[in-house]
Amino acid sequence: MTALRELYQEVILDHNKSPRNYRRMENADRKIDGYNPLCGDHFTLFVKLENGVIKDISFEGAGCAISKASASVMSAAVKGKTIEEAEELFKKFHTLVRGEADPMDDFENLGKLAAFSGVSEYPARVKCATLAWHTLHSALTSKEYRVSTE
Amino acid sequence: MKNSYDIPLPTVTAKPFDVQRIREDFPILKQIINGKPLVYLDNAATSQKPRAVIDAMNRYYMEENSNIHRGVHYLSELATQSYEAARIKIQKHINAAHPQEVIFVRGTTEAINLVSHSYGRYNFKAGDEIIISAMEHHSNIVPWQLLRDEKDIAIRIIPINDKGELFIDKYEKMFNERTKLVAVVHVSNVLGTINPVKEMIEIAHRNSVPVLVDGAQAVPHMLVDVQDLDCDFYAFSGHKMYGPTGVGVLFGKLNLLEAMPPYQSGGDMIRSVSFEKTIYNDLPHKFEAGTPNIAGGVGMGATIDYINQIDYDAAIQHEHRLMIYATEALLTIKGLRIIGTAKEKSSAISFVLENIHPHDIGTILDDDGIAIRTGHHCAQPLMKCFEVPATARASFGIYNTKEEIDALVKGIYKVIKVFS
Repeated sequence: MTALRELYQEVILDHNKSPRNYRRMENADRKIDGYNPLCGDHFTLFVKLENGVIKDISFEGAGCAISKASASVMSAAVKGKTIEEAEELFKKFHTLVRGEADPMDDFENLGKLAAFSGVSEYPARVKCATLAWHTLHSALTSKEYRVSTE
Repeated sequence: MKNSYDIPLPTVTAKPFDVQRIREDFPILKQIINGKPLVYLDNAATSQKPRAVIDAMNRYYMEENSNIHRGVHYLSELATQSYEAARIKIQKHINAAHPQEVIFVRGTTEAINLVSHSYGRYNFKAGDEIIISAMEHHSNIVPWQLLRDEKDIAIRIIPINDKGELFIDKYEKMFNERTKLVAVVHVSNVLGTINPVKEMIEIAHRNSVPVLVDGAQAVPHMLVDVQDLDCDFYAFSGHKMYGPTGVGVLFGKLNLLEAMPPYQSGGDMIRSVSFEKTIYNDLPHKFEAGTPNIAGGVGMGATIDYINQIDYDAAIQHEHRLMIYATEALLTIKGLRIIGTAKEKSSAISFVLENIHPHDIGTILDDDGIAIRTGHHCAQPLMKCFEVPATARASFGIYNTKEEIDALVKGIYKVIKVFS
C-alpha cells in the first residue's frame, strides 16, 4: 500500500475532491482543450495574461483524480507567475513525475506540486499528471486549438 | 442473494466443472503481482494462453519452421500441413461449409478492413447506405468512415435502449433500396450485450442485404455456427479465445469471397505474374498475401484442440454463473452502477463508481494484483450514449473463480476507502 499512498497523497485527494479554480472564464485570453485519448480525460483551460504574467487561470472538464488534482494544483501554482516561470515549473514538474529528478535539485519551491512525486512509480499515470501542464504549455506558447498527450 | 437484475440463470442443468484443473493449464495464472496472486479479469482485452497453445507454437519453431505453400522440401511440407490443418480445425469449430471460407488475417480489425477494402470498395457507390450499431468497437466504425469519405456512402446507426440492447424494430425500418451492408457486433466488448444476430441477419436477408458480424467477443464465450447464423462474413481474433495474438479469421461465404478482388497483393496470392497480367490464386490464398503468421495459425489450431479437449459447454456455463455471481456481488456496493444490463449478456461487466474515475479504480485494484480494463474501451460513441467518459470493466474467462470475484469486490471497497 506504500506506493499507492505515495500516489494518492492527501493533497491530491483534497484537490480532486474540491478542485481550485474550477470554473469557466468568459474573458479569457487563451482557451485551450487538453485531451488524453487513452483514457478520455478532457479539460478546458482558460488563461488571462497581462504583460507576460498569468493574471488568472481556471479549468473545467473531467478526468481521473491524478489529472484533475494536477490541473487544480497547477492552476494555484502558476497564478501570478510569468510565462517563463510557469514554463520552468513545468520542466521541474515533468522531471519529478517521470522520476528523472536529480536529488541534488532544489524542489523545495515546488510546494504542493511535490505531492505528485509518487506518480513516478506508475508510468501509466504520468500522462494523467502532465495533461494540464501540456495544455498550459500550448496555451502559453502556441495558438493550437487542442492538445493531446499522444 | 437475490438476482436483482433481469439476467437469465442457466436453464440447463449445471455441469460439473473443475476450474482448478483448468487453471493448471494456464501457466501465467501462477504469477504474483505486487505480492498478491494475479486476479486476471481483463479477458475481453485478451485472454491468457494454455500451455498447449504455447507448446504448439514452440514446437512449430523448434521442429517445423519453414515457409508454406512454396517449398518442395520436408519442413515446408510439414509447416504447410500444420497451417492448413489449423484452417480445417477452425472451419469445423465455426461450422463453415468449406475450408477456403476461412481466411487467416491478423485479427478482427484486419478482417473488417478486408471486407471494407475489398467488398465495400468494389460494391458500394455514392448514396449507398450501410447499417452499424451504436455499440460498435472503433474497429467496426472507422473502416466504414474511411470508405464513407472515399465513396460518399452514408452510415446509419441502430440505436440502443438504456439497458444496452439494440432496438430491433427500429433496425427493421432502416432498410431501403440503397442499403448495401449490415456490420454489427455479436457481443459488445463494453456492455456484454449479446445481440440477436440470427434474427438481425434474417431481417437483412429479407431485404437482400448481406451481414458482417464482428464476433471478437462472441467466439471465446459461445459456440458460433456460421451456417446456422447464415452470416455472410464473420470476423474474430485468436488472442481473445485463448490463442496467440496477431492471428484471426475472416469467415466469408464462398460466392462472396470468390467475387471479391484481392485486399493486399504480393506473394502467395497469385497464380501467375507477368508484367502484362497477373492471375490471382484461388481462395483462401487470394486474400493471404505474403508469408502469413504461420506459428500464429498453428497456435490457433492448438486453441481449438484445447477447447475440444475440455468440456467447453461446462466451461461456458461456469463463465455465465461467474457473471451472475459478479453482477449480484457488485450491485451490493453502494454508489456502483453497472453500465449494460441487457437481458442476454456475456462475460463482461462495465461499471462506474460515484465520484471516482475508472482510471483510479484500475490503479488501486492493480495494487492488489487485480487486472481490469479502464477507459473508453475503443467505443467512444457508446460512452457518449451512457454519458460516461469511461468505465471500469471486469471480464471473465473459463479459468476465473468466485474467489477472484470476491477479491474484486474487496478491492473496490479499498478504492472507495482511499477516496472517502
